[in-house]
Amino acid sequence: MKTLQLALRSLRNRRTTALLTISAIAVSVALLLGVEKMRTAAREGFANTVSGVDLIVGARSGQLNLLLYSVFRVGDATANVSWDSYQKIARHPDVAWTIPISLGDSHRGFRVMGTTLDYFRHYRFAGDREMTFATGKPFEDLYDAVIGADVARQLGYAIGSKIVIAHGLGNVSFAKHEDKPFTVVGVLERTGTPIDRTVHVGLEAITAIHVDWQSGMQALPGGRVSAEEARQLNLTPESITAFMVGMDSKVMTFTMQRAINDYRQEPLLAIIPGVALSQLWNLVGIADTALMIVAAFVVLAGLLGMLTAILTSLNERRREMAILRSVGARPRHVFTLLIAEAGMLASAGVAAGVALCYGLIFAAQPLLERRFGIFLDPGGLTGYDLAILGAIIGAALLMGALPAWRAYRNTLSDGLTIRV
Amino acid sequence: MIDPDRKDAAIEAENLAFSWPGKPPVIDIERFRVARGERVFLRGPSGSGKSTLLGLLGGVLTPARGRILLLGTDVTALSASGRDRFRGDHLGFIFQMFNLIPYLGVLENVLLPAQFSAARAARIPNGDLAAEGRRLLAALGLGDPEYLQRPVTELSIGQQQRVAAARALLGRPGIIVADEPTSALDHDAREDFLQLLMAESRTQGATLLFVSHDTSLSRLFDHVVSLADINRANGMSRRDTHA
Repeated sequence: MKTLQLALRSLRNRRTTALLTISAIAVSVALLLGVEKMRTAAREGFANTVSGVDLIVGARSGQLNLLLYSVFRVGDATANVSWDSYQKIARHPDVAWTIPISLGDSHRGFRVMGTTLDYFRHYRFAGDREMTFATGKPFEDLYDAVIGADVARQLGYAIGSKIVIAHGLGNVSFAKHEDKPFTVVGVLERTGTPIDRTVHVGLEAITAIHVDWQSGMQALPGGRVSAEEARQLNLTPESITAFMVGMDSKVMTFTMQRAINDYRQEPLLAIIPGVALSQLWNLVGIADTALMIVAAFVVLAGLLGMLTAILTSLNERRREMAILRSVGARPRHVFTLLIAEAGMLASAGVAAGVALCYGLIFAAQPLLERRFGIFLDPGGLTGYDLAILGAIIGAALLMGALPAWRAYRNTLSDGLTIRV
Repeated sequence: MIDPDRKDAAIEAENLAFSWPGKPPVIDIERFRVARGERVFLRGPSGSGKSTLLGLLGGVLTPARGRILLLGTDVTALSASGRDRFRGDHLGFIFQMFNLIPYLGVLENVLLPAQFSAARAARIPNGDLAAEGRRLLAALGLGDPEYLQRPVTELSIGQQQRVAAARALLGRPGIIVADEPTSALDHDAREDFLQLLMAESRTQGATLLFVSHDTSLSRLFDHVVSLADINRANGMSRRDTHA
């Protein structure tokens, strides 16, 4: 106990070096913990994004591409699926339900998705959770919109808010569907998935707002169709971006997948979300394992910095050790003194690192969520986190044994000789 | 061989030899004795084996041969940790300079021996460590409470040496070993310091072994022993001996 106090006082005497050492460890620990948190958040986010959907069908491209744009609202479809093909598959006797989706427009950075009421009925996430409405109800009228929780919160929308959809996906789009504004009729409960960041409208609405557009340009004023005129038109789309399929029997999923992939009339691709998700996770997983390894090495660098600081201090402290010995300190006291020093530096570094990590998460969360749609749950320290932190302190104590051993040896050879 | 009056001996070395591995002996002393309560001036220039002898007396070195009895205890028969404990309990050291732990306060430095030695803590009247520390500081001319507030690094060397002396005396160790404690002081301060140290050792009944190459102070001691005379080991020590 007394020895620990001495170690603390000694560190305080060298506070500049000590603080720098602690900072280095803190930064490295914050990085490691942050990467670990991101990893967990990403893994859970991935696994929870979609469930209950047996197949996702889109134009033939890559499995990941299709998954990314249909579920994660990332990237673009390279081609569309014709309405005829969609209808043919939707009417197949083994198919229980389908959710058509039509993407391509946005509202102030949030993607707009045209779909049907089946979306609210059949789509599941995080195991078996369904979408629920925080306020309002599903869209009914042609120009109704249902928004996700993040859209509502970040843009301050509520039931009755008027929104204008922009053509294309840019955050700032110059071409807007200003002539056909939408009314928010429903706000969804937070899901922690890309649904939170989506503006949902009816499939027909997507057709309606594009009815007088060609090649990304609205027709000249003479040829325009007003919002009310559009209601009179047949708004069945010619094509959709993709659709999700629920099978009557899961057993038929593979057969159906093969049938769709072999579909002659149109090059289509059907993917099983779970398989695609795990493929995506493998891909992303490599990156975050790499990050984790980098973070671990940064921690090692932090600890080596500590070791350097302690070892460098040893020579100038031989005098201190000799004085302590002259008043009755035993070599083991000297050993304990230095181990305690390493332990204190590492513990303080770990504690500061945890604080730094949480501070950064709280500070960066709004930005992360707004810019990347990542919801980083700060959460508590998991058992795994604690094990990592404990291992860091353990490693520090182990490394502290080196200077402690050297000091012990010095102590034995110096005895009571005060070397300056 | 052992004197019948050995109970009265504070330090008694017999037939003592020490050499560093692979080197000729640096210490070879047939007999060296300091009686209890005596104040002895041990004259030894650097290189005379002085540090080695102090290491042997302090119990951080083990002699190749011979025995050392301190206050009647054969310390050469003790284990290393036993010698550490004995040193902590019964010996007070004052070195030439840099005696103080820079990150501890004046009083904390003085009270340091009580941290490592329960016996010395137990010998403090009423167990009031701080009061005893202040008393010793006052006895050594640092009575002004203002000193207690100052970081030890801001004290003059003379003041630092007095703090070191107070620390060596804390808890009434039987033997005070002072290794060139006045060398860093200017001439007038030397005698002042020594007078205070001697007065307080006398009060406590401690034996004082004062090691120095500067003989100007030797007249104040009961005995003067020249290390060169008692140390039969030749080598550097003999050649460096002058005066």
